[in-house]
Amino acid sequence: MARKTLEIKDLKGCYRGTFGVIQAVDRASFSLYEGDRLALAGESGCGKTTLIELLTGTPKPLLHYEGGKVFVGGYDVWHIDPEKLRKEVKCRLLSYVPQASLNALNPTKRIKEFLADMLKERTGEKHTPNDARKMIGKHFERLNMDKNLLDRYPFELSGGQRQRVSIAISTFAEPSVLLVDEPTSSLDVTSQKRVIELLVDIHKREIIDSLMCVSHDLGALRQMCNRLVIMYTGRLVEIGNMDDIVENPLHPYTKLLLNSLVPLERQMKQKTLKSIPGRPPDLRDLPIACRFHPRCPDCMDICKKKRPPMVKRDSREIACWKYVEEG
Amino acid sequence: MGKEDLLLRVEGLTKYYTSGYVFTKQVLGAKDVSFFLRKGEILSLVGESGSGKTTVANMILGLIKPTRGNIYLDGKNALEMDRKEYWLKVQAIFQDPYSTFNGYYVVDKVLWESFDLLKKIKGITHSRNEKREIIASTLEKIGVNSDEILGRYPHQMSGGQMQRLLVARALIMNPDLLLADEPTSMVDASTRVEILNELTQLKEAGMSVLFITHDVAQAYYISDRAAVMKDGEIVEIGPAEKVFFDSEHPYTKNLISSIPKLHEKWEI
Repeated sequence: MARKTLEIKDLKGCYRGTFGVIQAVDRASFSLYEGDRLALAGESGCGKTTLIELLTGTPKPLLHYEGGKVFVGGYDVWHIDPEKLRKEVKCRLLSYVPQASLNALNPTKRIKEFLADMLKERTGEKHTPNDARKMIGKHFERLNMDKNLLDRYPFELSGGQRQRVSIAISTFAEPSVLLVDEPTSSLDVTSQKRVIELLVDIHKREIIDSLMCVSHDLGALRQMCNRLVIMYTGRLVEIGNMDDIVENPLHPYTKLLLNSLVPLERQMKQKTLKSIPGRPPDLRDLPIACRFHPRCPDCMDICKKKRPPMVKRDSREIACWKYVEEG
Repeated sequence: MGKEDLLLRVEGLTKYYTSGYVFTKQVLGAKDVSFFLRKGEILSLVGESGSGKTTVANMILGLIKPTRGNIYLDGKNALEMDRKEYWLKVQAIFQDPYSTFNGYYVVDKVLWESFDLLKKIKGITHSRNEKREIIASTLEKIGVNSDEILGRYPHQMSGGQMQRLLVARALIMNPDLLLADEPTSMVDASTRVEILNELTQLKEAGMSVLFITHDVAQAYYISDRAAVMKDGEIVEIGPAEKVFFDSEHPYTKNLISSIPKLHEKWEI
């Protein structure tokens, strides 16, 4: 059995504000192993980004941690001193590339100057921009990236280049786990491909032990990851190997979701694709028990009464009453 | 191809965006774009960001003036036609449904107002009951539950519902040409297909659709013919099947091969 790099147990989080309470992540449990490239997929508003933000231990305003455990390399992210979290966990064990990474670089500084600042914050040692350029330049070379990008200002880079620079910077300290939020959305397909190749490359060279990637683009995730987690309105509904789920989805939501995607295949033209009936529920007023039951074609009585437990089937976990055995 | 089934013809459409007063700077928007669109046909315009797809759409809609080139609708020069009369024949759905609606009014207003435009230009008047009936039957035609939509405010609806309401509006106006500029990019994956299927329905009702997208799979799914744009120029145009699966231009080939597919794995 491979080593666990990240373990999540019953993680809960919610948004609290004038709009009420939104249960964005409801008791999520899964683990990330060494060698894993895990994909987290779902529609917009299902809590993908919230879940990944909770893993970093520093949530944005309005997001509240409600319970559960997140273990990274022996540290319990939610129950240690914030200063310890910043110095010992972040960057060294766990790196996070947020969705807005395109704007994460300082617009008034060249990238190498920004890196000198960053190194000072992280290591406490002072470096001149040119020293920083030398240090991180080696890392860039290792990733087959152009070192000259470091001499530029962020606005001189294209979206794909900025995304790749952000990823390279966050893997500089060789963290154990890299979390990436929507790395390929808002990029053209050709830049998408280069970002995907970079992420896979970083993992294959063992610069990082495991990768977790959040996206709504299942086609891109398929190329990048070997495990898949499907999420619906704050709950995990199916966890398993990427190939198994794509070829043979078990949870009704996963089935319908995969069917509603428009693939580029020759025979597509003759088929009429179907969307999922109904619409995603209002997050302030969620259906009780199984949250998918109003839209589910296989809905049974029990689905309306009790939350389905996570059931194990071979290498897969499914949260659906259909797979709960009698007794 | 007979002349009578041709709806839109675009010839050598070119746009340079000029900025500055003394030292002017020119940026190419579109260059020598020529294509035609038959009646009851869906043509998609595919390209990466900055390839000039929206520039072409805005020129056809008359929102920006072309630097060079001509647009003919039904054989008449579109640039010289009366704007309001032209917009009765050419309607559009845009990418962002949230900015199309006025947040202070119920969404029905958009549907009711389309009758005002019909009255002003065509002189067709409807009674209140007739209008209500037309709205109900149109919504039914595209499979939208009118109780779920009418009387609501934009913030109470999902992006997909709003986008479908705009399809309904287009049906009431009954234009000859519908420009759909990235109508699915801000919609949930589970409802995206519905909008695509509705566009196909419009086509079956005899409307022509110019579908603008960056998503090749969606373009292939609904269109009869397709054009691929790069840096403001059309690099390849023809039947969708041929353009996407037997592409001739190296750019198209490269584009198709970089699309991540669900049932096919790359060697990386």
